[in-house]
Amino acid sequence: MTARVGVILFPGSNCEQDAVEAIRALGGDAEVLWHGDATVGDVDAVVVPGGFAHGDYLRPGAIARFSPVMGAVADFAGSGGPVVGICNGFQVLTEAGLLPGALQKNRGLKFLCTTVDLRVETSRSVLTSGAEVGAVLRVPINHFEGNYTCSSETLAQLRGDDRIVLRYVENPNGSIDDIAGICNEGRNVVGLMPHPERACDVLLGSEDGKPLLRSLLTAAANAKV
Amino acid sequence: MKGMAEPLHRALGLTDDEAGDIERILGREPNHLELAMFSVMWSEHCSYKSSRRHLKRLPTEGDAVLVGPGEGAGVLDVGDGIAAAIRIESHNHPSAIEPYQGAATGAGGILRDIFSVGARPIALMDPLRVGPLDEPRNRWLLDGIVSGVSGYGNSVGVPTIGGELVFDETYAENPLVNVLCLGLLPTDRLVLARASGEGNLAVLLGSSTGRDGIGGASMASEGFGDGEEHAKRPAVQVGDPFEEKRLIEACLMLLDAGLAVGVQDLGAAGITGATSETAGKGGVGMDVDVSAVPRRAPGMDPWEVMISESQERMLAIVTPADLDQVLAVCARWEVEGTVIGRVTGTGRLRVVDGFGGEVLADMPASALSDDAPDYDRPLRAPAPRPAADPPAIADAGETLLGSLLDTSWVSSQYDSQLFLNTVEGPGGDAAVLRLKHPTTGVDTGRGLAVTTDGNHRWCAVAPRRGTAMVVAESVLNLACVGARPLALVNCLNFGNPEHPEVMWQLSESIDGMADACRAFGIPVVGGNVSLYNESRGKDIDPTPVVGLLGVVDRLDRRPPGVGLVDQGRLLLLGERSSHVGGARVWKDAPELPPFDPAAVTAVADVVRGLVADGLLAGAHDIADGGLAGSFGELVARSGLGLEVGLTDTGELFSEAAGRVVVCVAPEHVEEVVRRAGEVPIVDIGGVGGDRLVVAGMVDLSVPAVVSAFRDTLPAAMSAGATH
Repeated sequence: MTARVGVILFPGSNCEQDAVEAIRALGGDAEVLWHGDATVGDVDAVVVPGGFAHGDYLRPGAIARFSPVMGAVADFAGSGGPVVGICNGFQVLTEAGLLPGALQKNRGLKFLCTTVDLRVETSRSVLTSGAEVGAVLRVPINHFEGNYTCSSETLAQLRGDDRIVLRYVENPNGSIDDIAGICNEGRNVVGLMPHPERACDVLLGSEDGKPLLRSLLTAAANAKV
Repeated sequence: MKGMAEPLHRALGLTDDEAGDIERILGREPNHLELAMFSVMWSEHCSYKSSRRHLKRLPTEGDAVLVGPGEGAGVLDVGDGIAAAIRIESHNHPSAIEPYQGAATGAGGILRDIFSVGARPIALMDPLRVGPLDEPRNRWLLDGIVSGVSGYGNSVGVPTIGGELVFDETYAENPLVNVLCLGLLPTDRLVLARASGEGNLAVLLGSSTGRDGIGGASMASEGFGDGEEHAKRPAVQVGDPFEEKRLIEACLMLLDAGLAVGVQDLGAAGITGATSETAGKGGVGMDVDVSAVPRRAPGMDPWEVMISESQERMLAIVTPADLDQVLAVCARWEVEGTVIGRVTGTGRLRVVDGFGGEVLADMPASALSDDAPDYDRPLRAPAPRPAADPPAIADAGETLLGSLLDTSWVSSQYDSQLFLNTVEGPGGDAAVLRLKHPTTGVDTGRGLAVTTDGNHRWCAVAPRRGTAMVVAESVLNLACVGARPLALVNCLNFGNPEHPEVMWQLSESIDGMADACRAFGIPVVGGNVSLYNESRGKDIDPTPVVGLLGVVDRLDRRPPGVGLVDQGRLLLLGERSSHVGGARVWKDAPELPPFDPAAVTAVADVVRGLVADGLLAGAHDIADGGLAGSFGELVARSGLGLEVGLTDTGELFSEAAGRVVVCVAPEHVEEVVRRAGEVPIVDIGGVGGDRLVVAGMVDLSVPAVVSAFRDTLPAAMSAGATH
């Protein structure tokens, strides 16, 4: 059975089709879930994609957390289902309390679209189980509010629990401890600012996002069993 | 300041003759509302009254052309059941007053043109021109313009894949913000903005209507006097990209479901423009219930509602039977939908206070567009520039460094990768996108390439040949990424058309574009004319900007790009030239270098074939900055040195058309030379070492070149800004 991934569509999402395309190209099954429906259906994994969920004039993700689908996402995550938030999706997951910390404006106060080097810090997460610790991946970033921050207690906890999933090799946005992605205590919810779906085709410049999305498909397939 | 006793029509920007024409058309004296409607539709911005007769000389026919000029966008058949929609527009005047909102709403407006023909916007490009950055105000303008495009484009979810960045004194008071948009649609879903079917309804979609942008079209049709920019700020519209995003999705869903007979964007001239154009083109009439229009400000008069340029609004023509389904689509996307008009069989556009209520305005629907003035303004060629010798170049190395500019400070603020299409993004000769079917997502294995180009220096020396050279540059830019040209759009940025020399420049430029497009077999499928680009009586240099769309017939590898490979040979393709007329080093030259479009075509054909077969390690056309600029950029981007020999410094800085420099791995040199055939090709040097050396002229370290390229713009912008 092919793993089924639900990609959430808020009215201002814009990376949902890219996530669907990348997942399908890797052999997964993907469908779009509407934010106004209070269910994630019978998917095996959830991706909260990039974009500007509700315009984000207030604060990225601040309104999205109230979309009906988010209750279902929280339940799905609570029961151990794999959930990955990419870029705006990471912002939404922190606002929804599914991941700790917050994303503030980039150091330099500019939107930043470029390709960066990421170091895999742990393979104990639904996004990195198939990646090698220490591997360096070329993956695009594309955000204004990607500067991760959290309390010193939370940071100590993230470090102590091996929950920092990805770090920037050269910090582009001022994130605390060079953090590019983290996971929850259950290791089934991951948020990251970089866009692995944009790094799945050599014609577009990099295939380094593939091991990450393949890991998610593996987690989804395992969740199905 | 305008006097109190001035007649109303003049206060609205209409001449006495135009007011007389309106009275003749109506057979009576127009009321205030009618005058206001005519004033925006007959403005230069909407009516092209100074340029229309000249634009007719451009070639518009071609095998791939589905829709030519005069509609929301030009539409081309690109095969596999896919059509591409393309348009370019200026937002110069609003950006001069309020750069963030001016540029943001420029992007918003062009997007609506694209989805008004049923296409999903897939890419933006933004050719920008501002004054020198040592002026704090110009830094404020550039920062605001870039933030505006970034803030709007990124949020609305359309990648910005390229553009231009030019600094020159001529734009100091009048920056040029042009925005190009490309969209895709299934060929069979093409819709045109036509009202038809008596009894059908006009549904206004999107934002409520406010006082923002009242008379924006008229503003864009005047120059600026001292301090006037500030007084005009309320005429600049404010953008809401989230509204636009939902509007795009709602409109495309309506068209997918076959629920709209026609869709029209509300741009300049607002509801007046949208209703009169859909009715006029459909050969029908329309009653517009001004009282039904949702408003965001209290106490608005009908004339304000009818000409407001509030952003993020569309007009859909639907049948009464489909209305409930249409409103359900609107509700899903949280887009307001309101019936404001009914199609009638009378051929008249009437503004009414409630259907069946008082008639507030009444005119033939087509009069606002079809009967607009068509001026044959006087032309006068300027006195020829005196013959002169090119200036001596004291330090070729310093001159080379001064021409380098890495624009990534701009492009890194744009999402350039959304939709997983961007094979070659900002900074290359042309952007390259994978061509996927817009609804099925099936990859065709082919690509689209787009470039925007302009050169005010060439066009100031000789507008006709200069414009032809700009088109040639675009053709070569496409060739460097392996694409053949398909269609061209243009944005004609000129000064005050009431100045005979400006009209001569415009006329000459159009002829040059027509000459070149005919020679290259490229149809012109759309354009925008921006006049009155002047400040305090001084016109800008003539600045036609072209956007050229091309097709890559087999996109199975990334194009070589602007780069070098160690130990590669550098070959110069095309006729050698040392003529520096119009080049950076000789702005006030009496003439441009000779121009031979057939030779350009031959070079482009060879380069395109070499790229397609993977025989090049790097390619760069030679234009602004000449070979010097090309060498500098190749070195800066690759971090490798090179050593070449040229005939003289003229050849180093010449911007003569029809030349491309390519980097070729040693094992492919023989094949490349053979494939050049009749096209002149010469080995000018090789790649290696840690210096950029042009024998006897230039000797620079690679780090110095990298630094001049990379650091110039961030350093200039870090100096802070003010207005």
